[in-house]
Amino acid sequence: MLLLTCPCCGVTAEESEFANGGEAHLTRFGPGASDAEFDGYMFARKNPRGVHFERWRHAYGCGKWFIAARCTVTLEVFATYPAQTTEPPIDVIDQIKARRPEWEGYA
Amino acid sequence: MSLRLPKNRQPNGGRLIDRAKPLEFTFNGKPLQGYVGDTLASALLANDQLLVGRSFKYHRPRGIVASGAEEPNALVGLGEGQRFEPNQRATTTELFAGLKAISQNHWPSLEFDIGAVNTWFARFLSAGFYYKMFIHPRPFWKHVYEPFIRRTAGLGRAPDAETRDADRYEQIHAFCDVLVAGGGLAGLTAAMGAARQGKRVILMEQAQFGGRVVVDGARIDDRAADDWLADVLAALLALPNVTLLPRTMVAGVHDHGYALGYQRVADHEPGADKPRHRLWRVRAGQIINATGAIERPLSFAGNDIPGVMLASAMRDYLVNWAVVPGKRVVIVTNNDDAYRSAIQLHEAGITVAAVIDARPEARGALPARARALGIRVIEGTAIHHVAGGKRVTGVALCRQDGDGGAISEHIACDAVGMSGGWSPVVHLWSHCGGKLLWDEAGAFFRPDPARPPLGHDGQGFVRALGSANGAMQTTDVLADAASAFPAEADDLPGQAIEAEPEGPLAPVWMMPARAQYPLRMKMWLDPQNDVKVSDVQLAAREGYESVEHTKRYTTLGMATDQGKLSNINGLAILADALGRPIPQVGTTTFRPPYTPISMGAIGGEARGAIFQPLRRTPLHDWHEANGASWEPVGHWRRPYCYPRTGESRHDAVMREVKQTRDSLGLLDASTLGKLLVKGPDAGRFMDMLYTNMMSSLKPGKCRYGLMCNENGFLMDDGVVARLSDDAFLCHTTSGGADRIHAWMEDWLQCEWWNWQVHVVNLTEQFGQIAVVGPNARKVLETLGSDIDLSCEALAFMEWRDGVLAGIPARVFRISFSGELSYEIAVPAGQTRALWDKLIAAGAEFGVMPYGTEALHIMRAEKGFIMIGDETDGTVIPQDLGLNWAISKKKEDFLGKRGMERPGMTSADRWQLVGLETLDGSVLPDGALAPLESVNANGQRQTQGRVTSTYFSPTLGKGIALGLVHNGPDRMDEVIDFLGEDGKPVKARVCDPVFFDKAGEKQNV
Repeated sequence: MLLLTCPCCGVTAEESEFANGGEAHLTRFGPGASDAEFDGYMFARKNPRGVHFERWRHAYGCGKWFIAARCTVTLEVFATYPAQTTEPPIDVIDQIKARRPEWEGYA
Repeated sequence: MSLRLPKNRQPNGGRLIDRAKPLEFTFNGKPLQGYVGDTLASALLANDQLLVGRSFKYHRPRGIVASGAEEPNALVGLGEGQRFEPNQRATTTELFAGLKAISQNHWPSLEFDIGAVNTWFARFLSAGFYYKMFIHPRPFWKHVYEPFIRRTAGLGRAPDAETRDADRYEQIHAFCDVLVAGGGLAGLTAAMGAARQGKRVILMEQAQFGGRVVVDGARIDDRAADDWLADVLAALLALPNVTLLPRTMVAGVHDHGYALGYQRVADHEPGADKPRHRLWRVRAGQIINATGAIERPLSFAGNDIPGVMLASAMRDYLVNWAVVPGKRVVIVTNNDDAYRSAIQLHEAGITVAAVIDARPEARGALPARARALGIRVIEGTAIHHVAGGKRVTGVALCRQDGDGGAISEHIACDAVGMSGGWSPVVHLWSHCGGKLLWDEAGAFFRPDPARPPLGHDGQGFVRALGSANGAMQTTDVLADAASAFPAEADDLPGQAIEAEPEGPLAPVWMMPARAQYPLRMKMWLDPQNDVKVSDVQLAAREGYESVEHTKRYTTLGMATDQGKLSNINGLAILADALGRPIPQVGTTTFRPPYTPISMGAIGGEARGAIFQPLRRTPLHDWHEANGASWEPVGHWRRPYCYPRTGESRHDAVMREVKQTRDSLGLLDASTLGKLLVKGPDAGRFMDMLYTNMMSSLKPGKCRYGLMCNENGFLMDDGVVARLSDDAFLCHTTSGGADRIHAWMEDWLQCEWWNWQVHVVNLTEQFGQIAVVGPNARKVLETLGSDIDLSCEALAFMEWRDGVLAGIPARVFRISFSGELSYEIAVPAGQTRALWDKLIAAGAEFGVMPYGTEALHIMRAEKGFIMIGDETDGTVIPQDLGLNWAISKKKEDFLGKRGMERPGMTSADRWQLVGLETLDGSVLPDGALAPLESVNANGQRQTQGRVTSTYFSPTLGKGIALGLVHNGPDRMDEVIDFLGEDGKPVKARVCDPVFFDKAGEKQNV
């Protein structure tokens, strides 16, 4: 059971206090999108072995969504940050690189 | 024979038992006697009950092998009736007065078991025999093999299905800086060190505090280990920052320092007013794995015969319970530690016929002391085989480095103590991904300190100490444990320690080293599941290279003991057969729990009435008092109907529908989801959420709306009321309010976070009452209101705020029944007051409350869909004839792109129709309409299914809604549906609106 820190209310809490929302930073494709674009948005997920960005909601707390950068192999949590961004903030990228020099970076 | 020594034959007469307090118990109905402090295993041995069960496959006689959690054989059924429990380990069961135990897996009796004939066919029951035997002929699987395997599966008998566990269980959350697993020398030392640094410490010990230190006879700080232990426990108990938990096993280590502790609070006091088990849910900063080591058996022919036991277990039984496994004992070993058992047995007056040492030379301090006591030591020698059936009668010896061709000597004995070296208990280290190293010198896996399991901060959070860390000699254990939390001052207990040093062991995986097949097929690795050396070798020959595959193929280590004794020996045999070094073969995965924990503890208090939280509407108590027959709806309870005396549920439902259609009915609609969407961008947001245009709705008006997910599948529906230019009230389905609220928040927070909208879930702030029927307006008018309720002033699909019967109310003129209908929302606390006034005022119209079933029938008569009946997550609005509710003007809404995919626009979809049976009967719920054709798998194809089906009292016949292939184009066609008896029921496809097609009743 993971320990996560909500960046909105600052609480560090048990995983059971949060709800997982899958991969973060997806780009929505709506009407006018090609079949391939829509298919990618709906179904294609990176499912990486290693550094991963995923959505969590502080469901039994402040109710806010946030994003956790963590390692799917060691379960280390590099950082959590508010969901109102389309890509990981620079300081989060730097924190991950400090821990995982071999990481190819956010693509 | 095994027996209890008299008090004077052993220095402390059995340190754990109280001879002044005898206890009566029974084994297979036979009355026996033990003492307070006994385990069931020690008490059985004290009564010479060597035979305690039968093995799984061959039904071989099984005796006690070990003295603790690693025991594979001594599993019994405990208790009776509501407290009966199978597969309980005798070695960890504390004896209590009146304990009733029965042995398992035999028929007709433990002594004489028909299933034991399997052992004669052992040649044909080798590894993987299930997979090979039960394949052909194919039809035999279902009718012969599977029933047979089901009957023989499992060791113990499951409790009767109708019994209910009489005990209670509880869970507790705890937090600490350091959780210490194991209260032996290492665990106690670490706990003391951590406590002195001011850390909050919890220490859990599954069996006896002190672990092996007392039995192994060390002296610490110039005191006997027993005295040292008493002092340390007293010191720890006195510290406010230390919690000592006896009878508590750390069952598992989970992510980020989460651990489960399993406390057996009252197993030894059945019927006491205490929870039986307590599950500790601990979040720890650091977890100390001080779980010690387990002695390995040796693989020699006949090592499964009752009377063959771990050498260390013999020492445990002697020192702790004054019990010896026999009067004439042989010890077989590859290391010095087993000599401690020989020496202690000898000193207790038991004849140690010989110590058989597989090593070419045994020249350490312990062998020297044994020789000095006159014990015969035979070097370079193996046990060729053990003689005996239900108990050991002797051993035959041969050279260890040979193939067993020549027996050198026979020695008569009634017990054999074996020691193949020790393996650290690394389970807790490994549960969360800690990696292991192969230790050449000790021939065991131990934790690799460079690769611990990682916490949320990327730092290791488990540390192994003492024997669990591979420090096998007492002096090393103490040094390792003391290093974890070093003290400033050197006043820690346990500074000086005296213990005899041990010489090196020699890895011995098979006796003799090049044993031939007849011997190898009698060498047991896993005595519970009957896996032998020859089985693992066969698996290797058949191509099983991975240890994980070999485990599953042979079932090695898959029994209830999870291979605590057998795994290392098994993988050494596999490595040898594959010609690879042991570390390359690796271990199987260690998974929690360490030993089985009760389902009761996992469930805790969540059973019966408090299994789930119950949501009550403001009218719950009225329903209860007025005979409601309940139906669960999400976490809510809603009245299904209100049966009167002598009435069946069906009768009640028919009456409620008829009364409502004829005059007046009331429904508690409080569970309806009520979400307020407010802000300058509310209209824009609503247009994205709903398939229809919501921004054009005028304040004061209502509109029925649909919500889809991005796939285009219908997920919720309900009436939207526009409260003002910047506010909408969204009604959702009863079960959907929380889900839809979260859905709205998701889009607002993560996609359109710059839109100025907020959403509030008001579901429980308001009660809602539906006033339904031709007399609905009349009854409201008699209550008095400042709202003009006339047809013209409050038209269908409009709402008004005002005061009704003196209560602030919002009146919606909406209908889910086709009748003249008002839904009235009032503050939750005043709902009951309004309901009481409606019941009183409605008396002149024969008012009745109606339940969910009447609601369903009336909506089905009108062809209104219900989320979850007509939808199942694969249905789009177009399937349900709801194209009118999908905006063609809007550029975008959630689900729009998904609906454009070819599969969604295909003409081949199943679509909503009404169904009437030709004979007027009611179609079974969910009935399928099969075709004659079959699919690629030979299964019948179908052309439709029933989604809602009721007897309509209004029409006097069965009506149904269903999804049928191209349904709307097939009006009046007769289709066969499968009836409950499997016979076809003919139904005619018709319009889904069965009643009042023109909608005249609601427009009055």
